[in-house]
Amino acid sequence: MSELIPTFEWHRVMIDPWTIDRELYGWIAVMGFLVTTACGLVGNYLILRRMALMGDAVSHSVLPGLVIAFLFTNSRGTGPMFIGALAAGLAATILIEAIHRKTRVKQDAAMGIAFTTLFAIGVLLVSIYSEHIDLDAECVLYGEIAFVPLEPLVSWLGITLGPVSVVRMAFVLLAVVALIVGFYKELLVASFDEALARATGVNPTWVHYGLMAILSVVIVSAFESVRAILVIAMLILPGATASLLTDRLAVMHGIAVVHAALSSWLGVSLGVWLECSIGAAMVVAGAGVFTAVWFVTVFWRWRRQAGNVSSRPEEVATT
Amino acid sequence: MNLSGYSRAWRLVAGGMLALAIVSVSSAGSVSELTQTNWQDQWVRFFSMRDPSLRYALLGSILLGLSCGLLGSFIVVRRMALVGDALSHAVLPGVAIGFLWGMSKDPLAIFIGAVIAGLIGTGVVSALTKTTRLKPDTALGLVLASFFAVGLCLLTMIQNLPTGNKSGLDKFLFGQAAALGADDITLMAIVTIVAVSLITLFYKELLATSFDAGFARVTGIPADWVHHGLMLVLASATVIALQAVGVVLVSAMLITPAAAAYLLTDRLHRMLVLAGAFGVLAGVTGAFFSFVGRGLPTGPLMVIGASTVFLCAYLMGPRHGVVAKWWRQRSRAARTERENTLKALYHVWENEDFRDIGVTLADLAQRRRETLDEVLQRSRELVRHGMATVNRDTVYFTPEGRQRAAEIVRNHRLWELYLTNSANIAPDHVHEDAEKIEHILGEKTVRELERRLGYATEDPHGKPIPGPRDIHGEALPTGATGNPMRKDDR
Repeated sequence: MSELIPTFEWHRVMIDPWTIDRELYGWIAVMGFLVTTACGLVGNYLILRRMALMGDAVSHSVLPGLVIAFLFTNSRGTGPMFIGALAAGLAATILIEAIHRKTRVKQDAAMGIAFTTLFAIGVLLVSIYSEHIDLDAECVLYGEIAFVPLEPLVSWLGITLGPVSVVRMAFVLLAVVALIVGFYKELLVASFDEALARATGVNPTWVHYGLMAILSVVIVSAFESVRAILVIAMLILPGATASLLTDRLAVMHGIAVVHAALSSWLGVSLGVWLECSIGAAMVVAGAGVFTAVWFVTVFWRWRRQAGNVSSRPEEVATT
Repeated sequence: MNLSGYSRAWRLVAGGMLALAIVSVSSAGSVSELTQTNWQDQWVRFFSMRDPSLRYALLGSILLGLSCGLLGSFIVVRRMALVGDALSHAVLPGVAIGFLWGMSKDPLAIFIGAVIAGLIGTGVVSALTKTTRLKPDTALGLVLASFFAVGLCLLTMIQNLPTGNKSGLDKFLFGQAAALGADDITLMAIVTIVAVSLITLFYKELLATSFDAGFARVTGIPADWVHHGLMLVLASATVIALQAVGVVLVSAMLITPAAAAYLLTDRLHRMLVLAGAFGVLAGVTGAFFSFVGRGLPTGPLMVIGASTVFLCAYLMGPRHGVVAKWWRQRSRAARTERENTLKALYHVWENEDFRDIGVTLADLAQRRRETLDEVLQRSRELVRHGMATVNRDTVYFTPEGRQRAAEIVRNHRLWELYLTNSANIAPDHVHEDAEKIEHILGEKTVRELERRLGYATEDPHGKPIPGPRDIHGEALPTGATGNPMRKDDR
C-alpha cells in the first residue's frame, strides 16, 4: 500500500505545479477549467430537465459519428469531427424519442438501448477498419489532458494564445456562454414549464434539439482532453453541487463556474500527488467538493431540525 | 477505407445472414486469433467446438445472456433501467482494490471487491436521493462517473507499481469473451444459478414490489430488503458480465433483451422467459460472429444482436409493435371515414323522409360538401365492404349498411342528448364530442344510455333517435315526425 500512495509533499504537490512547473501544469489547469466550465453550464440544464444521463448517452453515441467522419475525410480535423459528432448526437436523440414515444418503453430504458447500440456500432467499425487506418477507440474517445502542454502553440497577431486544443475549447466555451446569454429566457422557460413555453411562443422541441446539439459539440471538444465517462462527471457534478445550494438558475451557473475552478485546481494537485491520470483526478476532486457540500448541507439541515425540536417545548411552555 | 476492408465487412454481413437462422436453433462460440483460416473453416471449427477457448466463450455468453436478461426484466419494469449502467461503472474501484488485495488477477477477490463497490454505489445513490432534492437520474450519473474516476485513478496508479501481474485488468474496460478462463466460467455459473433460484423462490415478492409497492407493503413484504437483494444479485451479474462485454455495454445486455420482451408480453413470467431467451440468443450470436469474424470484439457484436432483436420487436410486435399500431390506426381511420359516409347517406335519406330507396350521388356530394368524384370514391369504399351498392348515380344501402348507419346516427343523437340532459352542456356544444364518440360506443353502453335517458325518441335538436325497429327491423324507418309504433315496442 505504501508504494501505491506516494508520500504527500506539500511543496511538490501544492506549490510546484504553479511555480517551477507552471509551463507544464498551467495549460492543463486552464484546459481543465475550460472543459469543466463548458460542461457544467450545459449540465445545469440537463439536471433541471431531469435528463442528466443524456450526457452519458450522447457521449457514447458520438463514437460512430466520429469514426464515419474519419473514414470519409481521412483526417482528424476539427470540422469533420464536429459534424460527425453533431450528426451522431442528434441521431441518438431521435432514436431515443422514437423508442420512448412510439412504445411503452420508458425514457431511461430507451436511452440505454440507443446509446449502447450506437457505441457498439462505433467500436465494431473501429475494430473492422483499425488494421488499415490509423485510428482506434482509445485515441478517438479517450484523450489525456496531460498531453495538452505538448501541443503546438497558436499565435494570433503576434500574441501567443496557447496550445491548439485550449484555444479551441475556449472558443467552444465562448459559444456556449453566448448561446446561454442569448437564449437565457427561452432555455429557462422551456426547462421549467413546457406549457408556458408553448404559450409564449417558445418551441420546447426546438430547445430540446438545440440543447442536444450544443451538448454533442461540447462533449466532442472535451474528448480532446478527457475520457468519455469523465465528461459525464463534469456535466453533472457542477450542476448537482449548485442545486444543493440554490434555487436560482443564474446563481447555479455561478456556482458551476466556481466548482469548475476548484476541481481543476485541486485535480492538478491530486494528480501530481498520486501520479495518476490528471483528468480522472480532476473528477475525483470535483466529486470531493460535491461530497463536502453535501455533508455540510445535510449537517445544516440536521442542526436546524434539532434546533426546532429543542425549541418546541419552550413554545409550548410559553403558550 | 480500402478494398480489403470492404470485402471483410461484406463477408461478415453475408456470413451473418446465412448464420442467423442456424444460430437461433443451434449454438455458437467466440473469438479466434489462433489461425488464419477462411470463414468456411471457421464455421466448421465453430460447430465442432474443438477449441477450449471457444467452449468457454460460448458457455460464458450463454450464462451472461441468461442472467442479464432475467435480472434486466426487473430493472426495466421497475423503471430503473440505467442502474445497470451506474453499477457497471461504479464497480471499477472495487476491481482495482480486489486486484491490490492479492496483487494478482484473482477472479474471486476482484469479484468480491467489485460487488462491494457496486453496493456502496447504489447505497450512495439512495442516500443522495433521500437526503437531497437531487433527482434519481442526477444521483445515478453522479455516482457512476465519480466512482469510475476513482477507479481510473487507482488503475493508473496500479500501472505505476513495480510488482504484480497487471495484464488483463484492461479487459474490464472493453471486455473480451475469448479471455474467459475456467475460473471465470465457474463464477459465472454460480452467479447465474443463484440468480435463477432466487428469482424462482422470491417471484411473488419481486412481482408485488415491482408493480404495486402499496400492495406489497400492505401484505407485509419487506420491499426495502427485496430491493437490496435485487441490487446484490444485479451487482454480481454486472461484475461477471464486465469481463465479457466491457463496462459500457453491460447495460445493453441488461436493458435491451428485457425491453424487447417488454414489448411482446404483459405478463412478468412470460417476460422473464423471453428476456432470458433473447439474452442467450444475443450472447450466442455475438460469440458466433466474433469467432467467424476473427478478432472482432465479442461485446459489441452481442449488443448489436440484442438491438436487432429489439428492433424486430419494435417493428413487428403484435400489440405494441410500431407496424401493428400504425396498421390499427390506419384501419380505424378508414372505418371512421366509412361510417361518416354511411351517416351522411342516412342524413340525406332522412331529409327525404325515407321516401326513395336510394340516395343520389349529387345529394350526397351536397351533404358532404365534396365533389362528385370524392363521394363516388367513398361510395365505392362502402361497396367494397358490403355496406352499399352503387347503380349509376344512385347509392343504395345493403341491409348491413343500413343497420350500421342507423346505429351511428343513434349513437350520435343519444350522446348529444346525454350530454345536454346529464352533463348540462348547451345543445349547440355537443355535436363535436358526439362526432368522435359515435364510432366507439358499444352496444352495452348504448343500452345503458337508453335506459338512463328514459328511452327518449328525440335528440336535443329535435331529430328522431333511431330505435331498435329502425336498426334491426325490415320495415323502412319511420318518418321524421316520430312514430307511435316505436313507443309500442317497449
